[in-house]
Amino acid sequence: MEEFADIELTVNGEKIAKRVEARQHLVDFLRIELGLTGSHLGCEHGVCGACTVRVDGSIVRGCLMLAIQADGADVWTIEGMSDAGEIEDLQEAFIARNALQCGYCTPGMLLTSAEMLEAGRKMTRAEIREFLSGNYCRCTGYHAIVDAVETVMESRFGG
Amino acid sequence: MAEPEGAVGRSLPRSGARRLAFGRGRYSDDLRFPALLHLAFVRSPHAHARILGIDPAPAVAAVPNARVFTGAEIAEICAPWQGTMDHLPTMVSPPQHVVAVDRVAWQGEPVAAVVAASRAEAEDAAGEVAVEWDPLPAAAVRDRTLDEDVALVHPELGSNLCFSTTIGTGNSESALDEAAHVVDGRFSFSRHSGVPLEMRTVIADYDPGEGTLTVHGSHQSPWHQQDTLSRYLGIPEHLVRVVAPDIGGGFGIKLHVYGDEIAVSAVSRILGRPVKYVVDRMEAFVSDVHARDQAVMARLGVDGDGRIRGLSVDALTSLGAYGSLGRPPISEGMMTIMMAAGAYANERYDARLRVAFQNKPPSGMYRAVGQPIACAVAEQLLDWAAHAAGIDPVELRRRNYWSDEDYPLRTPGGLAIKRLSPRRCLDKLVGMMGYDALRAQQAELRKTGIHRGIGVATFLEMTSVGPAYYGPSGAHISTQDGATVRLEPSGTVRCVTSVIELGQGTHAALAQIVADRLGVAASDVRVVGGDTSTTPYGGGAWASRGLTIGGEAVWRAAEGLRANILELAGSILQADPSDLDLARGAVCDRGTGEPRIALSEIGRIGHFRHDTLPPGVQPELAVTRHYVPDAAPFALANGVQGSSLEVDVETGEVRLLDHWVVEDCGRIVNPLLVEEQIRGGVVQGIGGALFEECRYDEDGQMLNASFVDYLVPMAAGLPDIHVGHVETPIEETALGTKGAGEAGTVGAPAAIMLAVNDALRPLGARVTSLPITPESILEAVAAAERP
Repeated sequence: MEEFADIELTVNGEKIAKRVEARQHLVDFLRIELGLTGSHLGCEHGVCGACTVRVDGSIVRGCLMLAIQADGADVWTIEGMSDAGEIEDLQEAFIARNALQCGYCTPGMLLTSAEMLEAGRKMTRAEIREFLSGNYCRCTGYHAIVDAVETVMESRFGG
Repeated sequence: MAEPEGAVGRSLPRSGARRLAFGRGRYSDDLRFPALLHLAFVRSPHAHARILGIDPAPAVAAVPNARVFTGAEIAEICAPWQGTMDHLPTMVSPPQHVVAVDRVAWQGEPVAAVVAASRAEAEDAAGEVAVEWDPLPAAAVRDRTLDEDVALVHPELGSNLCFSTTIGTGNSESALDEAAHVVDGRFSFSRHSGVPLEMRTVIADYDPGEGTLTVHGSHQSPWHQQDTLSRYLGIPEHLVRVVAPDIGGGFGIKLHVYGDEIAVSAVSRILGRPVKYVVDRMEAFVSDVHARDQAVMARLGVDGDGRIRGLSVDALTSLGAYGSLGRPPISEGMMTIMMAAGAYANERYDARLRVAFQNKPPSGMYRAVGQPIACAVAEQLLDWAAHAAGIDPVELRRRNYWSDEDYPLRTPGGLAIKRLSPRRCLDKLVGMMGYDALRAQQAELRKTGIHRGIGVATFLEMTSVGPAYYGPSGAHISTQDGATVRLEPSGTVRCVTSVIELGQGTHAALAQIVADRLGVAASDVRVVGGDTSTTPYGGGAWASRGLTIGGEAVWRAAEGLRANILELAGSILQADPSDLDLARGAVCDRGTGEPRIALSEIGRIGHFRHDTLPPGVQPELAVTRHYVPDAAPFALANGVQGSSLEVDVETGEVRLLDHWVVEDCGRIVNPLLVEEQIRGGVVQGIGGALFEECRYDEDGQMLNASFVDYLVPMAAGLPDIHVGHVETPIEETALGTKGAGEAGTVGAPAAIMLAVNDALRPLGARVTSLPITPESILEAVAAAERP
């Protein structure tokens, strides 16, 4: 297998063409090559969810996907989603509820929550907790995060 | 509670949270440095071994740009340290090299540092370094560490005993003999660690031109780093600068200075280039300090009315291979024996502590140090005693708390207590839980074979430790904090603090304090910190001290600035400063509240129009103050936690139904922040109660050093956590805070263990080893069924 490969992809709406190491995973690519440091690494073995990014419309573990596998893909990170304003209500709810402390898990937590909201319906707290269980948070104990997501579900789908 | 007028006491959202929620956090690994080299460590695969030789040639052959530094090479410019304390002459801990020389004493100990142009290449090269080992027998089974036939961790010490002591009144045994009911237990608390999601990170940049060392790192006490780097690398302290950018959690493990971190600076010093090291998750499990790891035997006696007659505790803490620099490894055990049953009236108490080395990673601080153990042991014994005496466990607590007229007092464990509020906390908690209804429901469900349990545990949280302890230890640990508060020309305010922010929200609370002293909105106060070259000197983030010590320094600095502003305003307005006040962004008349001159005008004149001031007027629009908590050895928060859960006795599964906390952390500056500290702390306590354990085999190999195998609490399966407050401000400070960062972690394991045992009581089964696993519950149930 070649050590390097050329890839073309869209990241946060911008077209990117880069030569990458075949072994570089997607989040190292985003962080090191593109300077998009909002996606974090908490384990690099696919458990903690801090590296969650959106690829072709679905969230993935950025540490379990190689950059070359993203050739041709449409990738969104916390930076692009913030600029697009797509999850502003969710971000404001997190801030208002103090649903983040150190903030390290937060970008991943927000992207996972955003996908949960795509279901387009209110969920029970147990369902929200279940959905969030692939994202570790070591600071908050999760309660405030569940509250924040519930608040957004209420405002988007309430009534 | 009524909404207060000022900023203090209000649930204002945290200003720093916005940046983090928009992906704009800047953690250490996010920073860019020119000409950066990356470092990886070769770590020992053996728990105990001699290093016969290290051959870097294969590494350089594989990665031509790599350079390998052995422990011996690093030791040439970096002295070994010793984790002993001046005030504990009987405590032993041998010298420790920052990177092992000749011998390793735990699996994961660094033996060589490898630098290369990228992290991946550094790791490639590290994997090729050839080390020749001579494996030695290891001491790795906790409860056997002190046995005669067990290998010595440090043969030169002649024993694995690090420290032992006894405290107490000498009369507990006779009291227990006379007690109407005596209960006892053998408890075990697993070895675990803080596991912050962001791993330890350090970027060291030695500039040979200036002779300066600049270190950026994820650290709770940059001052401790600065001191250590200066002393052990021989760089004058004023030339060492340590910066802590955003920190992705710490929980105590990042307040230590680690050998591998010092080695990064040593390598930068040798090469004259910036060098970065980021611990990876597998390395974190075998290089971050571990905590807890304690076995406790305890006996409690009560009289027929359930009043405590006596208590005895025998604790064995198992360390790793070394104590940590400047942070005594005996704290876990000392806190256990000092604080057990501290909230309860008792005159007869004896305790022994033994602390022993093992071939495992060095031991250190993790949120709530020793206190979860003290709490769980005492509270479980009290629950058993309540049942032995036929008294409701809540009622038994109520009968045994110290009375208000007893304060101030010194417990037989040696704990100086000025005042506590456990009765008020308990009453509030019982109301929030609907305790009586829960008990009735429990009894009903038991008839149908459903095993619900209720646990109610009283906790103490020692916070804001002052100089009486760390001073005599000789450790270079500052127990003060400092702040500069400055009026900007536009009338806004900047506060530069030594307090380290790692998500607790302390900086936001400091802004609230400044806002009230200066009569401005909290949003007009910017708080910055985390740079030893530009902020006042301080202690860092540990022992829930940020607001009680750092907040008091800020209060005093703001108070000083307030006086200076009023004096300058007096000159400008030709008024007596004592007739003036600050409110709503202006200097106003103290009597009528009428605004006289805007703060922005004070700022403009004070900074730009000195020509308009009377001769001799020197505006001082920045004030620095420090605060040393000298009035008490520590502050003591207290509270009560309640747990409701269900145990499936067929599968051993524990289902957490609800959790309640009522805590008294003194004055509350921001309830939103306090409550989330409590909730986060509770869940870490639940981790210790049900999930977290560094499992080792008999040879000292960690068996679960990954996130796949080491369990931490996840969102599913956790209960909602209801938090209530009792507010008893302390009198030693103007602010009156105590601290709230660890309370949740102190009391949660006890509440969970009590509730599980309450659920198992009809079966006659008991679990006393944490974490409580489905397997341990099934074993306990099976043991109870055996004739």
